[in-house]
Amino acid sequence: MSTAARAHLEVAGLTKRFGGLVAVKGMSLAVGAGKILGLIGPNGSGKSTVMKLIMGIERPDAGSVRINGVEVAGWPSHRIARMGAGIVFQHSRPLHRQTVLENITLALLPDKLTQLLADPQTDKRARAIAERVGLSGVLDRRPATLPFADLRKIEIAKAIARDPQVLLIDEPFAGLTAKETAAFSELICELRDDGRAVLLVDHNVKSVARLVDRVIAMYVGERIAEGSADEVMRDETVRRVYLGGSLETAARPESSFRDATPFLAVDSVSVHYGKAQALDNVSIHIHAGEFVSVVGLNGAGKTTLFNTISGLLPYSGEIRREGSALRGHSAAAIARGGIVQCSEGRDLFVYMSVRENLDLGGQHLPAAERAAQIAWLFDLFPVLRDRQKQAAGTLSGGEQQMLTIARALMMKPKLLMLDEPTLGLAPVILEQISKALERLRQTTPITVLLAEQNVTFALPHADRVYVLEHARIVWEGEPAKFAAEMGTGYL
Amino acid sequence: MRSFSTARILLVALGVVVVASFLPLWVTGYILGLLTLAYYFGVFAMAWDLLFGFAGEVNFGPTFLIGVGAYTAGILDNLYQPPIALCIAAGALAAVTAGVVLALPALRLRGPYFGLTTLVAVLILQNFIVVDAHLTGGEIGLTVPDVISISDGINYEIALWFMAMSGAILFWLSRSPVGLILQASGQDAVQAGALGFNVTKHKLAAFIISAFFSGLAGALLVFYLGSASVGTLVDITVSVQIIIAAVLGGRRTILGAVLGAVFLIAMSEALRPLGDLSNFVVFAMALVVVLLFPSGFFGLLTRTREQA
Repeated sequence: MSTAARAHLEVAGLTKRFGGLVAVKGMSLAVGAGKILGLIGPNGSGKSTVMKLIMGIERPDAGSVRINGVEVAGWPSHRIARMGAGIVFQHSRPLHRQTVLENITLALLPDKLTQLLADPQTDKRARAIAERVGLSGVLDRRPATLPFADLRKIEIAKAIARDPQVLLIDEPFAGLTAKETAAFSELICELRDDGRAVLLVDHNVKSVARLVDRVIAMYVGERIAEGSADEVMRDETVRRVYLGGSLETAARPESSFRDATPFLAVDSVSVHYGKAQALDNVSIHIHAGEFVSVVGLNGAGKTTLFNTISGLLPYSGEIRREGSALRGHSAAAIARGGIVQCSEGRDLFVYMSVRENLDLGGQHLPAAERAAQIAWLFDLFPVLRDRQKQAAGTLSGGEQQMLTIARALMMKPKLLMLDEPTLGLAPVILEQISKALERLRQTTPITVLLAEQNVTFALPHADRVYVLEHARIVWEGEPAKFAAEMGTGYL
Repeated sequence: MRSFSTARILLVALGVVVVASFLPLWVTGYILGLLTLAYYFGVFAMAWDLLFGFAGEVNFGPTFLIGVGAYTAGILDNLYQPPIALCIAAGALAAVTAGVVLALPALRLRGPYFGLTTLVAVLILQNFIVVDAHLTGGEIGLTVPDVISISDGINYEIALWFMAMSGAILFWLSRSPVGLILQASGQDAVQAGALGFNVTKHKLAAFIISAFFSGLAGALLVFYLGSASVGTLVDITVSVQIIIAAVLGGRRTILGAVLGAVFLIAMSEALRPLGDLSNFVVFAMALVVVLLFPSGFFGLLTRTREQA
């Protein structure tokens, strides 16, 4: 019997559009009973959307999703769940006022309004599941008092409780320590050995390589490779997407920047989100006029670093601008002072026109200066000139990104911080943004700090590169040396 | 631990109700009248808390359901004078029907839009009552020919035990497996769906139960007051007071809502000498409680007991 014939989950031609953006384009995959499939792709590649489409959380625009042969595409998610699909969300969302045991019990309840008395059998099963995932010791605790790894265990316990034939797990190891990852891997293998079909969604092959039978790699909504973990890691397209081809870097040596005190110095900064450490003793510096890239996978702490510099998060350590501490300055004061962040979410005023968005960014400038600045920006991003009157929300993803950068430039920043400008963009658009950044670097004295997981995009412009991994800076150097010294970690 | 404290809460609540049932022996008819009102108010607030605290839907128009129940019962009595029990049952039924008609489309909406729909429903009902004056009494109000009893004591006991029964049912429901599903649906509809729960079905059920108790209490209130008017039963300010009572008492506690209702009515009575200023003071106090003790009176009480 072929794998496909007894596959538990079969997806074919799955497509999803969000407005102008095609998030998933004709995806197909199959996972058989007792197998683990890895679905990998960089941030914004559409892998999480695939998972949501399978689970019915989003409705596909086209394509088929079959669970044990039954077509479920377009069904509401509670019906798909009853067909035997279960999902472990990346973010733990327990009921905070209930105990761990009650959270697991919830998942065991039938979808009936007549279930008014607690069933002792349910309680017994909930305890057995807790035992299996290693939560027996904390049954009566509230989720808020538990460490992060235990919260993940609650999520997996809830998924197991429904006894799913098809189990989808989103970023199984995000935020876990090596030891916790090992325990979690073992649990996932046990679930596979029960005869379930498991789909693991993650950023890179490396993290799931030991577990998976096969891997599918995605990029901007499409499948770019499929095979064993080794095959996918050797695949040319995958290497290009993750690492870029031969790099042409135009790095200026650090010694060419003459300022003795760097424009911005982040010194031993640590940030916590509750129990999770988001930044651990991070130190970086940027000279005036320099282009510095911070490279790291999703969840490494890039956005946290930017938000900390922007004054949005409490931190320990010191952040200095031209030698004087930024602590105590409000986020608004820091932005007015010329440290401007272009956030990942793009935050445009979607109902306003392109021109209005730009005018808003240049509010503080005198009219003549504002006009000059806009004219300069239209030269930098010609497409925005053509779209002046169009509502920002109707622009394509790439155009929105250009507008976001342009709006930030209207504030005449001294330091421009770009957070993942390539998120979810097609390669051709990347090239346009890339060219604009290059012009910016060559024609203006602006200082740029770029955060990216797309190495191809981050390296060519950079004078210097930092690698952020699990909240720590693990590497600093010239872009030319990156591929040789750090490259394999990014497959 | 949880079931132990549930039992303890119910036991204490029963004790309080039994003590309260002896109040007519000691206090004046005037105070009994105030408490009677407060108890009906408490049912309104408890029914509201089931929807907000558990299903996670903010119903800005609890008075829509109350008003439909009250006016249906009152109009029916006016027109045909069937037994009072029948009028009250019809009121509750009408509230449930109106609730379903409103909730079915409204629950498809997400976020603040559900709340806005309920708000508009109140305005529509209010307008209907004013415009259709020959049936409803319009702005002057509707006077019903019958009352349940003219004895303060009997009215008081009816309100007290009605509240106790409603509270017991709603509280038990909130702690049952269905209550757990409801709470999950309210907090994270996506995840509840992925766990196999039909979120809309559960929320609709919560809305129906909330409508039933609101309509029933509204109808009973008409036959206690002997009249119904927009100002006492339907107006947006009444809605706001119900919401404040529930939040003051403690969100997701059901029983706390009664404490909030009694507090609100007692305070506005105690502050009556202040005239128009009294509302201001009551609302300011409510604001302080909400800001300092977001878990409300009930949260405060149960927490200290758990620590003790």
